[in-house]
Amino acid sequence: MPPSARIQQLVSGVLKGDKLSIARAISTIENNEPEAQKLMALLYPNTGKAYVVGITGPPGAGKSTLIEKLVKEMRNRGKTVGVVAVDPTSPFTGGAFLGDRVRMQDLSVDPEVYIRSMATRNYPGGLAKATKDALRVLDASGKDVVIVETVGAGQSEVEVVKVAHTIIVVLAPGLGDDIQAIKAGQMEIGDIFVVNKADRENANKAVSDIEAMLELAAEKTRWKPPVMKTSAFTGEGIAQLLEFIDQHRAYLRTGVFDERRRERVENELIEALREKITESVLNDLRSRGEWERLARKILERRTDPYTAADELLSKPLRFKTKKKT
Amino acid sequence: MSKEKKIRVVIAKPGLDSHDRGAKVVARALRDAGMEVIYTGLRQTPEQIVETALQEDVDVIGLSILSGAHTTLFPKIMALLKKKGLSDVLVFAGGIIPEEDVPALKKIGIREVFGPGTPTSTLVEFVRKNAPKRK
Repeated sequence: MPPSARIQQLVSGVLKGDKLSIARAISTIENNEPEAQKLMALLYPNTGKAYVVGITGPPGAGKSTLIEKLVKEMRNRGKTVGVVAVDPTSPFTGGAFLGDRVRMQDLSVDPEVYIRSMATRNYPGGLAKATKDALRVLDASGKDVVIVETVGAGQSEVEVVKVAHTIIVVLAPGLGDDIQAIKAGQMEIGDIFVVNKADRENANKAVSDIEAMLELAAEKTRWKPPVMKTSAFTGEGIAQLLEFIDQHRAYLRTGVFDERRRERVENELIEALREKITESVLNDLRSRGEWERLARKILERRTDPYTAADELLSKPLRFKTKKKT
Repeated sequence: MSKEKKIRVVIAKPGLDSHDRGAKVVARALRDAGMEVIYTGLRQTPEQIVETALQEDVDVIGLSILSGAHTTLFPKIMALLKKKGLSDVLVFAGGIIPEEDVPALKKIGIREVFGPGTPTSTLVEFVRKNAPKRK
């Protein structure tokens, strides 16, 4: 089926940078509407132009406030900017309180800035399932830079490595620097480390803690992540941070970028296959009653899930795509 | 409509109030009812509120005001919503709004005005019932 008139209209609106079209396109993907895949298929050829910056770090480090200052500086340099800010969904009620805009008030009426808050909807890893595609919508809309802010993250929220070109890990003095600095995850994904709130005490100690930790890093690459101080409050370090982003971008251009891109595309294809194969095999099993039979068998402990899966795989797989309504 | 659809609400504080306890209580209640609530912070201009509603693609706007400036600010917000193609967004208001001002506010499209002491369950039910069923 060809895409509906609504989808075609959304696509041409997004490509023109129309804000309402961008807003509706992101919702279409976020709500996984029937035509979401078609929408993305039409936008995809127009993506890959924006530079994607990921901002992550623990809650309260000042990520949103830093983004406001960073975007202002980018705007001064004539760049158009999109922001996607992710906050957690309550696993109990399914609701979410999205408060990142509170720190970005000065940006809301800039016609060349688009900010979207997004709830994780219980997707793990610090982003929402739809975040990657939301970034692509902003990319296709012609934004020069797209910034993604993860949920206030600990050690395991590292999904952002799959979507960003440059990752900035934002920390603050007094957030348990010594412990944070040696843990895995977050500390391994940073391309630039920022100690924000540098106007406070102990900022230098935090910087040296992080530097010491980076010295211990097992894998040495040609890019040595800089550690720097910023104060979103006084504006200290913002211009320097932009310099580092540019330097990292230049580093990626030396071939690293192509390597990573290839890897990402393959991973995405694997994910897409996994999702679709699982769905269509399950649809087939359910429609033939096979699913029910095996579930019962496991419930009665006459088999276990892995043996049951082997039993299914020993016969030729049948696929059945469910018609979405 | 797919099962993933959530009601998205922006809770905004137009004007120069410096107090947002009520707005936060409402935001919390709607969140606990499973909605995605975007909070704007204090001292928002009509332009900022409407721009936020647009970019966030919300279904509902809740305006909280205590300063008495509703008679000037609300009509501006409603006019801007229309101009931006957001006429179908459900708008309600709360805070300190005199009884005699309510008919005029309803006339410009504000669906309901909730005074102090409104149980949050009333609000939640109102939003669930009246949020636009968008395609």
